[in-house]
Amino acid sequence: MIGADIQILMPEVVLAIYAMGALMAAVYTTKDGMAPLLTWATSGLFVLLAVWIGINGQGTNVAFGGMFVDDAFARFAKITILLSAAAVLLMSEAYMQRRGLLRFEYPLLVALAVVGMMVMVSAGDLMALYMGLELQSLSLYVVAALRRDSVKSTEAGLKYFVLGALSSGLLLYGASLTYGFAGTTLFSGIIAATADGASLGLLFGLVFLLAGFAFKVSAAPFHMWTPDVYEGSPTPVTAFFATAPKVAAMGLFARVVHDAFGGIVGDWQQIVAFLSVVSMFLGAIAAIGQTDIKRLMAYSSIAHMGFALMGLAAGTAFGVQAMLIYMAIYVTMNVGTFAFILGMERDGRPVTNIESLRMYSKRQPLRALAMLVLLFSLAGVPPMVGFFGKFYVLRAAYDGGLAWLAVAGVIASVIGAFYYLRIVYYMYFGEEGEALDGKMNPVLWTFLMASALIMVVGVVNLFGIEPMAAAAAATLVQ
Amino acid sequence: MGNVLSLTTFLPLLGAVILALFLRGDDAAAQRNAKWVALVTTVTTFIASLFILANFEPADPGFQMVETREWLLGLQYKMGVDGISILFVMLTTFLMPLVIASCWDVGTRVKEYMIAFLLLETLMLGVFLALDLVLFYLFFEAGLIPMFLIIGIWGGKNRIYASFKFFLYTFLGSVLMLVAMVAMFADAGTTDIPTLMTHTFGTENFSILGVQIVGGMQTMLWLAFFASFAVKMPMWPVHTWLPDAHVQAPTAGSVVLAAILLKMGGYGFLRFSLPMFPVGSEVMGPLVLWLSAIAIVYTSLVALVQEDMKKLIAYSSVAHMGYVTMGIFAVNQQGVDGAIFQMISHGFISGALFLCVGVIYDRMHTREIDAYGGLVNRMPAYALIFMFFTMANVGLPGTSGFIGEFLTLVGIFQVNTWVAVVATSGVILSAAYALWLYRRVVMGDLIKESLKTITDMTKRERLIFAPLVAMTLLLGVYPALVLDIIGPSVNALVGNYETALATFEAATQFASN
Repeated sequence: MIGADIQILMPEVVLAIYAMGALMAAVYTTKDGMAPLLTWATSGLFVLLAVWIGINGQGTNVAFGGMFVDDAFARFAKITILLSAAAVLLMSEAYMQRRGLLRFEYPLLVALAVVGMMVMVSAGDLMALYMGLELQSLSLYVVAALRRDSVKSTEAGLKYFVLGALSSGLLLYGASLTYGFAGTTLFSGIIAATADGASLGLLFGLVFLLAGFAFKVSAAPFHMWTPDVYEGSPTPVTAFFATAPKVAAMGLFARVVHDAFGGIVGDWQQIVAFLSVVSMFLGAIAAIGQTDIKRLMAYSSIAHMGFALMGLAAGTAFGVQAMLIYMAIYVTMNVGTFAFILGMERDGRPVTNIESLRMYSKRQPLRALAMLVLLFSLAGVPPMVGFFGKFYVLRAAYDGGLAWLAVAGVIASVIGAFYYLRIVYYMYFGEEGEALDGKMNPVLWTFLMASALIMVVGVVNLFGIEPMAAAAAATLVQ
Repeated sequence: MGNVLSLTTFLPLLGAVILALFLRGDDAAAQRNAKWVALVTTVTTFIASLFILANFEPADPGFQMVETREWLLGLQYKMGVDGISILFVMLTTFLMPLVIASCWDVGTRVKEYMIAFLLLETLMLGVFLALDLVLFYLFFEAGLIPMFLIIGIWGGKNRIYASFKFFLYTFLGSVLMLVAMVAMFADAGTTDIPTLMTHTFGTENFSILGVQIVGGMQTMLWLAFFASFAVKMPMWPVHTWLPDAHVQAPTAGSVVLAAILLKMGGYGFLRFSLPMFPVGSEVMGPLVLWLSAIAIVYTSLVALVQEDMKKLIAYSSVAHMGYVTMGIFAVNQQGVDGAIFQMISHGFISGALFLCVGVIYDRMHTREIDAYGGLVNRMPAYALIFMFFTMANVGLPGTSGFIGEFLTLVGIFQVNTWVAVVATSGVILSAAYALWLYRRVVMGDLIKESLKTITDMTKRERLIFAPLVAMTLLLGVYPALVLDIIGPSVNALVGNYETALATFEAATQFASN
C-alpha cells in the first residue's frame, strides 16, 4: 500500500533525497568547491525528472488517501517548473561564481524549493498544500538573502520572510476556518461540503486562502514585497523568483479553487477577477516610473499575473488551459529576459539601470534584436507568442461572461506597452551613452537567443503545448 | 501556383532574412548590397503579384486562390483575394520598389532600414490577404513594430514623441478590436472571414449602465472595429497622431504610411464593418458621414495654415480619407467604388507628394515652406512633376484624383445631400491649400541665397516618379481599369448589405406588429 503511494511520489522523493544527500556530501568534502558541479548536476536532474514525468505520467493517480494527486495538470505544472528552474540554475552559475556567491547550498536550496513546488501543485489536501508551500517559501527566503554582506539582499530576504510569514498566517487561518466548517482538509471533502452552497464560515475561509495565494503569486493588492525583493536579491535569484515559484503558486491557486471550491465558482470568481484587474493596472502603471530594470520586471510580473488570473477568473476548463499556456509562455519570456539582464555588466560589475542600455543596438545588434522580440512579446504585440497568451486568456474571460475584464485587460496592456517600448527606446533611439561590456557568457547568450527564437517561431503552433494544456485543464475541472 | 498568395506575401520576409543572416559589415559595399537585395526582392514580389492579377477572375465576386491550413485553437491560416483586396495588394507591391529606390541615399544603419521595409511589406500584404480574423489581426498589429522602429530610428528631431504616439494610439484602437474579435469567435464559433460574412450577429437592443444600445451586439462590435480603423484611417478627431508621425518619419516611411498603411483602415471597413455588421453600420452610419464631412472641411482649413510641407500633406491626407469613409458608408455602388478608387489613387498621389517633399528635403534639409521659393528657376523638371501631383491632389479631371472624389460625392449625394454639400466645399479648399503651397515653394523669383545652388532632379529621382505619373494619368483617363476589377465584388457587398438590412427591418416590423 505504502509502496504504491511512494511510487506515485517518486519524482519528489528522488529530488528530496538527492538534495539531502548532496548537502551531506558537500559538507563533509570540499564544501563550496563542489558548488559548480552541484549546480550542473541539479539542473541536469531537473531536466531528467521533467523528461521522466513527461514520458511516464499516465492518468490520475491518488496517493495517501487523496493527500497527493498526480494528474495531467500537476504534470504540466511540474514540467514547467522543473525546466524553468533548470534554465535559471544554469544561467546563474557563471554570474554567482564570479561574485563569490556560488555556495553549495544555493543549488540545493533551489532543489528543495522545487520539491516544495512539486508538492504544491500536486496537493489534494490543505495540509499537504501547506507543507509544500512552506518548504518552498523557507528555501526562497534563504536564497533571497544569499548575499549576506549586502544590506539590500538581507533586507530583501527579511522583507520576504516577514511578509511571507504574514501571508502564510492568513492562509493557515483560512485553512483552519475551512477545516472547521467543512469538517475535513481534503479537497474532495470540501467540494462535497459545498455541494449545496457554502456556509458563511467557509466563505471566510475561502477569502483568507485566496489572500494567501495572492501574496504568493504577487497579485495586487498583495504585491508590496515584489519590487523590493526583486531589486535586492542577486539577479539569478530574482530570475528564479520570476519563473518557477510563480508557476507553482498559480498551479496551487487553480488547484484549490477548482478541486476544493469548484462547486461555488460564483463566490470566488469575483475575487479573482478583482485581483486580476487590480494587478493588471497596478503592474502597468507603477512600472512606468521605474529606472531599475529588475524593479520594472517586478511590476511587469505583477501585470502578467493579472493576466494569468484573468484566465482563472473565467472559472472554466478553458480558463485553466489559457492560464497554463499563459504561464508557460510567461516563463519562457522571463528566462530570456533575465538572461539578458544577467548579461548587463560594465567593467564586470552588474548594471541594472535602464539608461545604461543607451544605443545598445549599435554595439550588439543581435542581442538587442533578441531583447526587442522579447519586449514586444511581453507587451503582447503579435506576431510574438506573448500575444497568443493574451489571446487565450481574453477568450477565456469572454467565454466566462467577463467581457468587462477582457476590455480592462487590453486597456491595461496598452498602458503596459509603454514601459516595454521605453526599453526599446533606450536600446534603439537614444543617444550614445557609456557602453556596457561587450562580452556575454555563452550560456546566457544561448538562453537569450533560444527564448527570442521561441517567441517568433512559436507562432506556427506554440510547439504543441495547446493539447497538453487542454488535457491538463480537463483533469482539473470536471 | 496553388500558393501564389503565400509566396507573394512571404517573399519580402525571405529577403529580410537573407539580409539579416548573410550580410555582414557596414561599409559602403555592404550598404549597396543591402539596397540591391531589397530592390530585387521587392521587384520580384511585384512580379509574383502580377501572377495573382493574371489568375484573378474579375467576374467572380467571391474569394479566389484560397489557401487553408489548420492553426492553433481552431484558428486557421487562410489566405484569399477578392475584387476588394486585389488592388491593395497590387498597390503595395507596385509602390515598394519605388520606396526602396527612394531611400538610396540613406547612410545610417542601411541594412536594418531595408529589413524593416521588407518586413513591413510582408505584413501589409498579409493584412490584405488574410481570411482569418486572428491572422488579419496578427498582420495588422505586427505592422506597428517596423513602423515604430522606422520612425524612431531614422526619423527627424522629435521622432521619439512621434513614434510613441503612433504606436500607443494605434495599439489602443486595435486592442479593442481584438476583444470584439474574441466576442465574434465566441458567438460564431469560427474566425473564418467568409463564414463570418454570412453569420448574423445579434441585433436585439440591450442597455449598458442605463444606456440603450440600438442594434445590440452588432453596434458594440461595430464600435470596437471602428475604434481601430478610425484611428488607422485616420478620421477626425482621432487623426492627431498622423501629422506627428508623418513629419518625423523619414521620406520613405511617410510614403508607406500615407500610401499603404492608411488604406488598411478603409480596407477594414469594407472587409469587416459593412458585411459583418450591416445593422451596426446602418445605426452608426450617419455619425461616420458627418465625421467625414467635418474632417474634410476642418483638416483642409488646418492644412491652409501649416508651415511645414509634410504636415500640410499629412492634413490633406486626412481630408482625402474623409472622402473614403464617406463613400464607404454611403453604401451604394458609386460610393464604395469611389472610395476604393480614391484609396488607390491617393496611394499614388500622396506617395508622390511625399517623395516630392523628400527631393527638396534631401537637398536643403528643411521642410519649412518659408525656406523655399522660386524653385522653378533652377528645377524645371521638379516644378513640372510637383505641379502634376498638386493638380492630381486637387482632383483635376484627367487625373485619378478626380474620379475618386467625384464618385464618392455622387454616392453620398444619393444618401445625404447635406453631407454632400459640406464635403463638396472641401474640393475648393483643397485647391486653395495645394495651389498656395505650390506658389510659395515653386513660383516666384529665386531670392533665397541658400537656394541659388540647388540642383534639379537626378535621373534616379525621375525614374521613381515616372511610374507614378503614368499610373495617375492612366487611371484618370481610363478608370475602368480599376472599376472593372472591383465592380462585381462591390456589387455583391452592397447587395448583401441591402438584403441584410431588409431582413432586419422586416423582422423589426414583424415584431412591432
